[in-house]
Amino acid sequence: MSRHVLSVLVENEPGVLSRISGLFSGRGFNIESLNVGPTLERDVSLMTIVTSAPEVIIEQIIKQLRKLVTVIKVVDMNEHKAVEREMVLLKVNAVDTTRAEILRIVDIFRCKVVDVAADELTIEASGNRDKVEAIIDLLRRFGIKEIARTGTVALKRSAQ
Amino acid sequence: MELTGAQILLESLKKEGVDSIFGFPGGAVIDIYDELPKHPELKHYLVRHEQGAIHAADGYARATGKVGVCLVTSGPGATNAVTGIANAYLDSIPVVIFTGQVPSPLIGNDAFQEVDIVGITRPCTKHNYLVKDITKLAQTIAEAFYIARTGRPGPVLVDLPKDVLQQVTPYSYPKSVTMRSYNPNTKPNSKQLKRALDLICKADKPLFYVGGGVISANAHEELTWLARTLKVPVTATLMGLGAFPGNDDLWLGMLGMHGTFAANQAVQECDLLIAVGARFDDRVTGKLDTFAPNATVIHVDVDPTSIRKNVSVDVPIVSDCMQALGGMKELMEKGEAGKGKCKVHKQWLTQIAAWKADHPLTYNGGDNPEIIKPQAVVETIYQLTKGDAIITTEVGQNQMWAAQFYNYHTPRTLLTSGGLGTMGFGFPAAIGAQVAFPDKLVIDVAGDGSIQMCIQEMATAVCYGLPVKIVILNNGYLGMVRQWQELFYNKNYCATCMDYAPDFVLLAKAYGAEGFRVTDPKKVKSTLQKAFAHPGPVIVDIRVAKEENVYPMVPAGASLSEMLLV
Repeated sequence: MSRHVLSVLVENEPGVLSRISGLFSGRGFNIESLNVGPTLERDVSLMTIVTSAPEVIIEQIIKQLRKLVTVIKVVDMNEHKAVEREMVLLKVNAVDTTRAEILRIVDIFRCKVVDVAADELTIEASGNRDKVEAIIDLLRRFGIKEIARTGTVALKRSAQ
Repeated sequence: MELTGAQILLESLKKEGVDSIFGFPGGAVIDIYDELPKHPELKHYLVRHEQGAIHAADGYARATGKVGVCLVTSGPGATNAVTGIANAYLDSIPVVIFTGQVPSPLIGNDAFQEVDIVGITRPCTKHNYLVKDITKLAQTIAEAFYIARTGRPGPVLVDLPKDVLQQVTPYSYPKSVTMRSYNPNTKPNSKQLKRALDLICKADKPLFYVGGGVISANAHEELTWLARTLKVPVTATLMGLGAFPGNDDLWLGMLGMHGTFAANQAVQECDLLIAVGARFDDRVTGKLDTFAPNATVIHVDVDPTSIRKNVSVDVPIVSDCMQALGGMKELMEKGEAGKGKCKVHKQWLTQIAAWKADHPLTYNGGDNPEIIKPQAVVETIYQLTKGDAIITTEVGQNQMWAAQFYNYHTPRTLLTSGGLGTMGFGFPAAIGAQVAFPDKLVIDVAGDGSIQMCIQEMATAVCYGLPVKIVILNNGYLGMVRQWQELFYNKNYCATCMDYAPDFVLLAKAYGAEGFRVTDPKKVKSTLQKAFAHPGPVIVDIRVAKEENVYPMVPAGASLSEMLLV
């Protein structure tokens, strides 16, 4: 099994998400995360799909994506040097005795507190998957009440 | 000039060279039907069920190589066509399906006869469209035909809301289509072609394994030239029958679950397998790990997803089969490969001849004066037609016998539901083929079970004077399922006995067609002759051996070497 980040440029039109997700569900491919957003071209969207599978299946996934009529381009980020980032919002229990410790972790990881209440903090963190997982693991003991993750987005690194 | 959506549709069909439409009207498409009589170049065939319309369009496409066209209404009209759309999808048949849709303001409101047909057919079309803007209608139709016929062909559905059909806009039809997101690669890499030829020349035991891709690319002549010049034997999938002459010495017959002994043995023993336009389907390969265990594999296919999907490939060639085989031929003619440097494979051909002689396709009891053998019926059809007919089949035993005991010499003479295995396909497909070739003999080899799935199209055949011949191999069973029950389920014949079938002769007559029944083996030939000479549609109800099995058989999941023989 290997984890691949696929950047998929698609025509921005109704049903395109369903074509992609239907391809994955219909053929039993796994989706770890899927992120969709606009690009600089108004009628083109970028989907970033993270999937794990044996290499032969990854090859099938890429070919099947390319076969979809609404897909313009598929890039396997694993074949390039790429920057990968994910953002997460975490709502964490924060009582008087734990607040300072939580803020220290926020500081160490260079996260941000984006909302505060008497007994909880909402924290914004971003980074590659390992970093995001590490923050979540560290904050778990305080009690994470809610979590929202964007899934991975990625760009090829500039040529040096 | 400003035209309505309905007018744009019909004008565009004419631009695409469409001459026949198979359809069924309804509320959402009345505007199209209102306009249709003003376009005599477009002949509409009113079917009796939408499944008949899509199969007929599919049969028309298979027989001609052109894009078939089907027109149905929204809701149930569209859903009734879904089986046939999936059928065309799995066999890569170019069809464009126009479905009516409720007016766009009502979409999503559960309106009367509303269904999200674009959503439903997304996984079983090559592509589909919902046209919400009339100014994009002509462009969409052009794209639909372009996508359906290019690359690996397939069905494309265009959903037409009623208000779009009624609005008006200036009309011009695009002269050509270019799409940034759809550019099928059809040209082979010439280095790969050369590598393939070198491998063929060096091989001791090469084998062509060809499929429907050779037929859809019209590459049969190139295949035949290469096989004969290089002396490489040929086997084909069900979909590939007709791609190579069925009476050639190099012909091995079909391979796979009900393939010939020689074909399956050749696959298991070959040292080079040249797969062309075939996709290593489970019915062909049997147990994958033991399939062609000694072979280097060359795989030519226009669809990159077919390559390395099921088996690993040594020389992948993503290309239209015509371009690839034609390219190899060219290389040989230029003397850049092949010529004079090739092995003759003499031992291999001797071995194959021995397999053919030892285990030919056969059956017991062909000389029984009491019981008609279904295989003998198919053989008789072949004797009478000499292969000069279009054979369609239903699905099951009738289909396998039609594949085994009839020699197909030219492409597009066997129209059969290969991938989806759709019972009820054969008769409407025969109607579509007969529309395309009014003077050809078109025969549906049917079973008593399958024929009842689209029997309502008798009215269509009679109404339009389409002289399709239906030959029912009537054994009173859903024979293929019964065969599996006999062999693998302790003869538990649950729900496979079809005792309460109609009287097919009376049924033919009730529709205004001709009907014959045969119970005596001696009368099979004369009755078929009479039926084939009859100017209108005929049902020939032939009472055949009830518990006859299709052999050879490779049990599902077994290796091709483990064949059950007669």
